[in-house]
Amino acid sequence: MTKVISTKTGTESQILAVGSYRPKRLVPNSEIVDRIDSSDEWIQQRTGIETRRFAGSDETVLDMATWAAEAALKKAKLTISDIDTIIVATITFPFQAPSAATAILQRLGHPKAAAFDVNAACAGFSYGVAMAHDFIKAGTSKHVLVIGAEKISDFTDPNDRATAFIFADGAGAVVIGPSRDAGIGPVEWGSDADSRDAILMNPSWVDIRDNETQLTKAGGKWPNISQEGQKVFRWAVFSMSKAALSALKSAGLTVNDLDAFIPHQANIRIIETMAKEMDMPDSVIIADDIRTNGNTSAASIPLAMDALLDKHPELHGKLALLIGYGAGLVYAGQVVRLPEKP
Amino acid sequence: MALSQADVLAGIKEIVEEVAGIPAAKIELDKNFTDDLEVDSLSMVEVVVACEERFGVKIPDEKVTELATVGDAVNFIVNAAA
Repeated sequence: MTKVISTKTGTESQILAVGSYRPKRLVPNSEIVDRIDSSDEWIQQRTGIETRRFAGSDETVLDMATWAAEAALKKAKLTISDIDTIIVATITFPFQAPSAATAILQRLGHPKAAAFDVNAACAGFSYGVAMAHDFIKAGTSKHVLVIGAEKISDFTDPNDRATAFIFADGAGAVVIGPSRDAGIGPVEWGSDADSRDAILMNPSWVDIRDNETQLTKAGGKWPNISQEGQKVFRWAVFSMSKAALSALKSAGLTVNDLDAFIPHQANIRIIETMAKEMDMPDSVIIADDIRTNGNTSAASIPLAMDALLDKHPELHGKLALLIGYGAGLVYAGQVVRLPEKP
Repeated sequence: MALSQADVLAGIKEIVEEVAGIPAAKIELDKNFTDDLEVDSLSMVEVVVACEERFGVKIPDEKVTELATVGDAVNFIVNAAA
């Protein structure tokens, strides 16, 4: 008889701390509008965005990710050597290989942990949180660092009327560790892969190298992001509110049990219409980091979480619903207990 | 289920008033959603989804941009439900 394989069993998990890095340069709508024949009022009315941050040459994806991770580790009173897995959600790390995750480990001085990047666009952070929870529950990790980091300004055409005013830069990180009670609920995730074209960066690098006719929408040889606004809006509001409610149900909760709602910061109109569709009570505090910091893709949820805890310290240790959704189209949502006050 | 033009117009009036805050009295068949009623592209999506639910029809994303006037929307829905 063949021998059986031994397995491990872990524990429940929780977010121990959140940290973030916001680029230094704050960019008002007035700096964007001339190139896209738009106005401050038009942008605010359709997106809620008043300002965003663009990273400079001294603020790379790796720089921002590393600084956000350091901030989260410090608040968790842990060091990088306590981390056994690092997950980096990004679609703007400009190297094919090796991963951003290994570069961050090397910079932080602990080149040992399991390390990989996740390409799930604006849902990447929620995918990372789901995996961190599952690794800890399976006993294969004890402390996981999940980072969302983006420098989308490197992949945005400043002349594109559909995207130039939406996307922005930044990084956020959480440390997830073991807990007695469940601090992270079951993930509700999936895709609508037939809508892969709704948000994309194209052409491919190979086309850019070999095929002169494969240019971007604006005619540039660079895979800038493009987006079909109405299609994404419909999917985000009407399908994602259902997914978010499923995540609540999986955790055995309703909107009335929530203290905060921290959806991906794509557009204030999406966020507000989603909350309306979900019958979110007024008592739930809704993150609106989009207004001042734009849409930072995988970084938006941890950035919004950190900002919300700064603004509302009473939310430490309280229940929040997260939902990330983006290019793919892919989504992931879960209920989490926000970190305790450091 | 066959829908009458009058029923669909009445439904759209209620929906546009609810979504975009435009008084139903201003909403007529020849009114352009964007130019006359100032329903922006995102509110238009909300109107479309509400119409789908109310009238039991499918209005695909690529059709939404073709619905310039209230009359276009009424005709599309009446035909789709026929």
